[in-house]
Amino acid sequence: MFSKVYSAAIHGIDGLIVSVEADVSNGLPVFDMVGYLGSEVKEARERVRIALRNAGYLLPAKRITVNLSPADIRKEGTAFDLPVAIAILTAFGHLPEEELKDFLIIGELSLDGKVNKVNGVLPIVYSAKQQGFTKCIVPRGNAGEGAAVAGIQVFGVSTLKEAAELLLGPKGKALECMDQRELFGGSLTGKGELFEENRRKMSGGKISEGGQGNLIEEDTEEDSAQGLPDFSEVAGQRAAKRAIEVAVCGMHNILMIGPPGSGKTMLAKRIPTIMPELSFEESMEISKIYSIAGLLGQQPLVTRRPFRSPHHTITTTALVGGGATPKPGEVSLSHLGVLFLDELPEFQKNTLEVLRQPLEEKSVTISRLRGSYQYPAGFMAVAAMNPCSCGYYPDRNRCNCTINMVKRYLGRISQPLLDRFDICMEALPMNYKELQQQEAQESSSAIRKRVSMARQIQLERYRGQNIYFNSELTPRAIKKYCKLEAKEQELLEEAFVRMNLSARAYHRILKVARTIADMDQSEEITTRHISEAICYRSIDQKYWGE
Amino acid sequence: MTKEELYFWLLCLPNIGQKKVELLLKTFGSIEALFEADPEEFEIFRQECCPASLKFSGQDIHTLCAGRKPEIIKAGYAKLLKGGIYLVSREDERYPGQLRNIYDAPHALYVKGRLPGKEEKLLAIVGARECTPYGREMARQFAGAMAKEGVGIVSGLARGIDAHAHEGALAAGGMTYGILGCGIDICYPRENLKLYMELQKQGAVLSEYAPGIAPIAGNFPMRNRIISGLCDAILVIEAKEKSGSLITVDYGLEQGKDIYALPGRATDRLSGGCNNLIKMGAKLVTKPKDILEDIVPNYKQIIQDFKKNNKLLELEEKIVYASLCLEPRHIEEIAVLTGMTIDVLVEQLLALELKGYIKQTMRNYYIAVEQ
Repeated sequence: MFSKVYSAAIHGIDGLIVSVEADVSNGLPVFDMVGYLGSEVKEARERVRIALRNAGYLLPAKRITVNLSPADIRKEGTAFDLPVAIAILTAFGHLPEEELKDFLIIGELSLDGKVNKVNGVLPIVYSAKQQGFTKCIVPRGNAGEGAAVAGIQVFGVSTLKEAAELLLGPKGKALECMDQRELFGGSLTGKGELFEENRRKMSGGKISEGGQGNLIEEDTEEDSAQGLPDFSEVAGQRAAKRAIEVAVCGMHNILMIGPPGSGKTMLAKRIPTIMPELSFEESMEISKIYSIAGLLGQQPLVTRRPFRSPHHTITTTALVGGGATPKPGEVSLSHLGVLFLDELPEFQKNTLEVLRQPLEEKSVTISRLRGSYQYPAGFMAVAAMNPCSCGYYPDRNRCNCTINMVKRYLGRISQPLLDRFDICMEALPMNYKELQQQEAQESSSAIRKRVSMARQIQLERYRGQNIYFNSELTPRAIKKYCKLEAKEQELLEEAFVRMNLSARAYHRILKVARTIADMDQSEEITTRHISEAICYRSIDQKYWGE
Repeated sequence: MTKEELYFWLLCLPNIGQKKVELLLKTFGSIEALFEADPEEFEIFRQECCPASLKFSGQDIHTLCAGRKPEIIKAGYAKLLKGGIYLVSREDERYPGQLRNIYDAPHALYVKGRLPGKEEKLLAIVGARECTPYGREMARQFAGAMAKEGVGIVSGLARGIDAHAHEGALAAGGMTYGILGCGIDICYPRENLKLYMELQKQGAVLSEYAPGIAPIAGNFPMRNRIISGLCDAILVIEAKEKSGSLITVDYGLEQGKDIYALPGRATDRLSGGCNNLIKMGAKLVTKPKDILEDIVPNYKQIIQDFKKNNKLLELEEKIVYASLCLEPRHIEEIAVLTGMTIDVLVEQLLALELKGYIKQTMRNYYIAVEQ
């Protein structure tokens, strides 16, 4: 007998529907699997056979053939165990065949018949919905992730037996269809304000079906007000804070330079807290990537903007993604969030150079023999570095570096990469007085309000032009949106001659000036905006020059 | 053969240095006699006149005799002349008078540019290679002010204070002389190439070393005796307690020159040497006037005191300007001092900078500029 079950594989960040066909015929008792399988899929044969037996099903001595189609795409991962088992059971007549065409099934089996967690459930369920499936069977551990997708019924199962019963169960009753509210709602009410707030926010507007797309915060301790980093904890550093605010408003990449202990890392860690809250779509986009990377952990969706801070020993592949079966790298994991590169000159030079494309294109394309994969990489790059190898230049009482050493240290970063940092700011070492000062610092949420306002202006201005932030302005768009009056032109021109600025700097100054004007809610760019933008101008190799 | 060609021959010989040349010239009476001398005469010289400490060997005699090929020497010197380099021997009229009188004065100098005139007053400005923005500004200011009064600035064309002193003099349109520690055709350090070229137009580059001699560490202390010997007074801008600049000062003291030192804060490492000099009796200078009144005869012109000529500024600009001094301050500090927000402050700073009242020593570090 023949049977067909639908499952899915991950391709890039999307799910690709795979049909699992099983055939039982007379002949030698052999269990064969075909369809361009990776070794972990080939191993499914043993897992399925034993899991079926341990779940109480006796397989008669027949020839079993399983095919995964389309047969020209390589199948990887362990998510095919459960669909293979279901297909075999159906082929033997244990399960009814009619139901199967509405179901998409994924899950890994262990030998005792339990269903284990797999990676990439979210994008798979998402594609399933788009392909018109109405029901999904996923491992219980991934049920939350799957349930986050609206418009499809998701069933979490913990054993093979449970899955089989689900398919056997009388129609209509549809055995404990896992509406998220039933699954999470009860257990989560009273988990504090934040959850409620999230819930309101997430379900507001974007989601038509009530209850779909709830967000769950598992680690409540971390969530409590004290646990989250906040800008109010940073004393002093007014200039750096202001520069960061400008950078976040226009999604400009920022480079911070300062001696050790000046608070660069502290500032960077707080950047996500002043970025606008994630919308549901954004959350889905990020969660898909995290789902594939297996980084979702206990929570079904990512609810906070990612902050990724790879160590400077990171390899090129880990940074942009790749591998024989491509996996998203740090640039994709920081999509819609912050990629923080601490000690920028310490990174391998070629590792840094690969950042150039994602910084421009907002995505990474990884080409392999078997196809090319595209991962989103719309991150804001935040880099920090010391001015020299000892870290204290220009404080000559502590720094012994020669001018050449200082230049060489900066020279480790190529000019094209430096060009991609629109804003550059020095962080000053803190003195004791500043650390002790009691005056209240502005909190992240106050700054975030201003940021949201400035971003709203940009969104409206560039509506329908595939531009979202000032940092994405092309030279032509700059001409259109960054018009200067005579007085401002004059100032900029004078500054250019006096400060010996490069032509490259011109566009960056205008883009940043546009952002500063937006923060002021001013339509025109005034001299003040230009002045401030010049102050943040990005560095070039002459940086420390005389 | 001209005198220059003969000296060119003698000074290019390997392993025959300052001391040997000194004794040879003294013994043989003149450079012409030396050029004509037989190998036997050299042998007699070696056995009878040479102290053992000089280590004048048979090999040296061979070098002296073998190198005496007029065509090659002439061609070599012509090549130098073509490159704008000429040689001034101690017998030459043009040889700087001050230098002629010092102990161990070089037998000849290679010159690219114009030698200082007989009446020209010269001041050496020396200091640390790794200088602070303060040292940089002071070197430029002093060099500029001196150069304007017609005082030539002598320095070593090294990194740091040396380079900034040359720059200051050049910018003020004055004369400045760079003494090299390597062959005159070599620019060391490389990044001073622009200075090296400019100096030839507004002064000169000088060296006692034959073309092609590499800038080895041993050359530089010797070079310093020329710096100090050439000038009338020495100004030390910034020096650590153990600094090469102090070698120049030691030579200067031996040669009887006036020593000036710019003070720094007691805790500044880079001013330790200067402060020590002041303790030992060097004249403390804070303004170019302090030196000018000593070395320029009848120096009458009153140099305006550091005056904050800020009548033309807006109120906010005045506030910002008042918060600045010669010690570089970061925007952050200025914001704290003035109580302004960053966005307001940067506008004032840029306006002041464009008007020339303040200057960025490094990105976003500002100092007040003398008006």
